[in-house]
Amino acid sequence: MFTIAQKKSGAKARRSLAGNIAIFGFVAILGLFSAFPFIFAIITSLKPLDELLQFPPRLIVMRPTLNNFTDLFQLASNMWVPLSRYIFNTAFISVVGTVLHVLFAAMAAYPLAKHKFPGKNLIFSVIVMALMFVPQVTFIPQFVLMSQMNIVNTYGALILPWIGASLGLFLMKQFIEQLPDAILEAARIDGASEFKTFFSIIWPNSTPAIMTVVIFQFINLWNYAPKELIFGESLKVFRMALEQIVAGDPIARMGAGSAAAVILMIPPIIVFVLLQRKVVETMTFAGIK
Amino acid sequence: MKKSIAQTIGVHKESYLLMTPYMIFFLLFTILPVVLSIVLGFTYYNMIEPPRFVGWYNYIRLFLDDDIFIIAVKNTLFFAFVTGPVSYLLSFLVAWMINDLSKTLRSIATTVFYIPTIIGVSVFPMWRLIFSPDAYGYLNGMLMGLGIISEPVAWLLDKEYILLILIVVQLWMSLGISFLAFVAGLQTVDRSLYEAGVMDGIKNRFQELWYITLPSMIPQLIFGAVMQIVISFSVADVSIQLAGFPSTEYAGETMVTHIMDYGSIRYEMGYASAMAVVLFFMMVFTNRLVTKILQKVGI
Repeated sequence: MFTIAQKKSGAKARRSLAGNIAIFGFVAILGLFSAFPFIFAIITSLKPLDELLQFPPRLIVMRPTLNNFTDLFQLASNMWVPLSRYIFNTAFISVVGTVLHVLFAAMAAYPLAKHKFPGKNLIFSVIVMALMFVPQVTFIPQFVLMSQMNIVNTYGALILPWIGASLGLFLMKQFIEQLPDAILEAARIDGASEFKTFFSIIWPNSTPAIMTVVIFQFINLWNYAPKELIFGESLKVFRMALEQIVAGDPIARMGAGSAAAVILMIPPIIVFVLLQRKVVETMTFAGIK
Repeated sequence: MKKSIAQTIGVHKESYLLMTPYMIFFLLFTILPVVLSIVLGFTYYNMIEPPRFVGWYNYIRLFLDDDIFIIAVKNTLFFAFVTGPVSYLLSFLVAWMINDLSKTLRSIATTVFYIPTIIGVSVFPMWRLIFSPDAYGYLNGMLMGLGIISEPVAWLLDKEYILLILIVVQLWMSLGISFLAFVAGLQTVDRSLYEAGVMDGIKNRFQELWYITLPSMIPQLIFGAVMQIVISFSVADVSIQLAGFPSTEYAGETMVTHIMDYGSIRYEMGYASAMAVVLFFMMVFTNRLVTKILQKVGI
């Protein structure tokens, strides 16, 4: 088999020990810098009030407590919309916006990467250039359009613009382009339709790219909280609710605030940890014989 | 023989059909707003009265009558040419280095380096705590403990330090989507090329990188470059969250914070749109330049 043969022959060029050590050291130092604020946030959320106000401040927690988290839920229980509703809103928006985006973007990326047809290059460069126009400005005309369509203050306002985002298509197109043409030929000889080729060949062979887009889109949607688009309390997302709670109580801000930050971080990190295995997995192209 | 439009569409019907669902959303929610913004750039529009056509006035005002815009352009270029290339190289370097690790270690490393992108927005308060201006700030506490400084420094209010700190935090967040695309891209490189390379006399990992890996990853390298350009030219959140809005003497002002100042505070949408158009052309031009450089890879 393809994978086994490759392992036996030691497919890569020689690695020197000194090079390995230098690389490991560099990655380790950078990794510490990268993870530090995350660890710091968790430590802070576990500190009791006196340690939060301690002078001089310390990086470690002496008597860890979950008080900040219980305080946060106490404050949350006073709201007239239950917290689970906000969590549902965020989860719903993130999942629907991600699934539709990655499916439509991959479908559109396939002809742009592998077919020849008039207008192809123009369409693709427009999609890439659209990334370079800052959303802070296009937001206003977008808002006007959405109010004409009567979708402001609905899930649609939060989800629909993300389905046609440029990024997923751009990334999918770059990866599909890299797929060897040989894997398409078998399907072509069988006379399969392009839709069938897409679902049976392109989609299963694009797992790392699909998962990269899913991770990116899901995290963006999870963190998305545009106050201008949603004002109905029961439609608000989790982040808006937590920010409201924390802002309403200045004394709780420090402790409960860091607890809120940690709670917001956990789900996207779990999603990442689950999905990244598919990103780092070495591809062996199905269909090559 | 020239084919009619109907015939052309007929022949490529399946290609166009595959693109249709995406294109409906893209045209409606992305392209139409961009086109409208470009048009607004030639108007005075305060979101209450209908837009009034003013010709090139907004553009003239930008370059001749807005000193803060000039500061914003300088800071933006500074970010673009410092954090842009550094993050790009770092993203690739780290992705390449961890590619030799076992799958489990590679998973852990990928997670560690991607965490800043996942938690970026949630963690700004932590950075404010670290750089807090009084002695309770972690950085001040630490430096005073070591006797390096005797009085607390207002890191985020002092225009000497603002830009430097923003760059550090921006770099911290920078191993984002391009890093992930590089990690995935390295998995997609055709393995048989490496075997062939060893036969052809590739001796060490650097030769392998330059002659095999990089040329096989041109699509991802282009993607990463575009994303890095977009991200580093539109730095704004970091500045607003850490240095305040506006920052001390506009030391942390970027083109996008300037756009937000006029767009969402002063309600001068026409002027804000004109700035977005200028920024757009700066990015398009840089992209052209970078694409030229990337064509030299592997030669």
